[in-house]
Amino acid sequence: MDDFLVRALLAGLGVAVVAGPFGCFVVWRRMAYFGETLAHTALFGVALGVLLEVDLIVGMIAAVALGALLLGFAQRDKRLGSDAILGILASLTLAGGVIAVSLAGTVRIDLFAFLFGDILAVRASDLYAIWGAAGAALAALVWLWRPMLSATLNDELARIDGVRVDAVNLLLMLLLALVIAVAGRMVGILLVVALLVIPAAAARRFARTPEQMALGAAAAGAVAVAAGLWGSFRWDTPTGPSMVVAAGLVCLLAWIVPRRRAA
Amino acid sequence: MNVAQPVLVAAHGVSLAPGGTPILERVDIAVHAGELVSLIGPNGSGKTTLVRTLLGFATPDSGRVERRPGLRIGYVPQRLQIDRAMPLTAERFLGLAPRGTPAARRAAMAELGIAHVAGRAVQDLSGGEFQRLLLARALLAEPELLVMDEPAQGIDVVGQAELYHWIAELRARRGCGVLLVSHDLHLVMAATDKVVCLNRHVCCTGHPEAVARHPEYIALFGPASREFAVYAHKHDHVHDVAGHVHADHDHPHKHDHAH
Repeated sequence: MDDFLVRALLAGLGVAVVAGPFGCFVVWRRMAYFGETLAHTALFGVALGVLLEVDLIVGMIAAVALGALLLGFAQRDKRLGSDAILGILASLTLAGGVIAVSLAGTVRIDLFAFLFGDILAVRASDLYAIWGAAGAALAALVWLWRPMLSATLNDELARIDGVRVDAVNLLLMLLLALVIAVAGRMVGILLVVALLVIPAAAARRFARTPEQMALGAAAAGAVAVAAGLWGSFRWDTPTGPSMVVAAGLVCLLAWIVPRRRAA
Repeated sequence: MNVAQPVLVAAHGVSLAPGGTPILERVDIAVHAGELVSLIGPNGSGKTTLVRTLLGFATPDSGRVERRPGLRIGYVPQRLQIDRAMPLTAERFLGLAPRGTPAARRAAMAELGIAHVAGRAVQDLSGGEFQRLLLARALLAEPELLVMDEPAQGIDVVGQAELYHWIAELRARRGCGVLLVSHDLHLVMAATDKVVCLNRHVCCTGHPEAVARHPEYIALFGPASREFAVYAHKHDHVHDVAGHVHADHDHPHKHDHAH
């Protein structure tokens, strides 16, 4: 197996194991569209990274984190439905991001690679960044698992239990931004939500507890990443989209296999 | 009862008018240790807002909320919908409470008669089972104050009687104060020490029988409410003597109206 494939696989697995559990929160909190919009803001980060001459992934993380704060703020106004606000912003962030990238310098940037992923170009140094970010996000998730779950279930019950709900929600949002930026760099800004939501959706079928769903999502994501990479190599198809299609197949399979009824 | 007992939670002259619309006007209420207080009032009378203020979820525009420092509260919110997207068994739901060992969780479920649903998804529980699960969760906090907002909502009459029976039992056994919110008049009265009738301001307060005869209470709920209140009191009496809620009549509702 070629080195670049091994690196791509390791990168993909790093992304999958963290995207699965966070994807569960996206599903539980009905934030899929929110995540989509958030992913689009990463393009501003690409432009920012070029202008400031910092690593593009750093620019993406900063832009998505800022986007998360602004989006959270925009959603407080209830006069427009949440989906309407996101419908406006999802398009605006994408359009604005593409313009920002083109203004920042078209010569040096392959826009297609950012929109649909470029996992085969992963360098060894990227792997440390990916596994570092994934490890940090997972550690925070494990550490704050119960409060995050409580805050997701019911705001008031969590407060009575002494959970600092606002702080927990903010942290969850920022961690999600980190995951989206890193995963978006790998599989593409337009496809990253699929890697969050689809494995979680697949895991829902067999899970009886939130923990089972989170672990199942990580596993389903890992299978999808590996299968997608293999398929991409085998049939010479684009890698990011192949991983998403593989995730879709895993999900489909999870929901059509007959389930023995528990007694 | 229990006037000498310490105050667990109280509002003193609390007013709240979010966006300029008054919801609470100079409301006074206190729950003492071991006391069962029923907060009643029609829909939109500010009951839930008052509870949220007492619990610290809302800040009054004027007046003062007093909570005993370090007070352990068990809370059963008015509406709790758990999205089907989250797989969650009853047992795991209880495990999300900050206190409680596995043994304590099993004991709480057994105490409330829901041990048999431990492995079932919370979304598949009946209204009564889910309310008892919420109550079990509240009990795991070993509360000194139990706050329940419309606990009988969406439960049939038999389930309601059972629920109130549990609440009275638990109070007797654990000695915690209870604040019970309801627009549901006839059952709430039974085990109550004190009724506070709210319609933005406190209309009247006192022993159930006194409140039932109060002109403002009757004006608020209509003349029929008196019969309900009296019925509830008799019902309580039957309960005490016979030791079982519906022990000796098939149609308890009609029973007292006939007198």
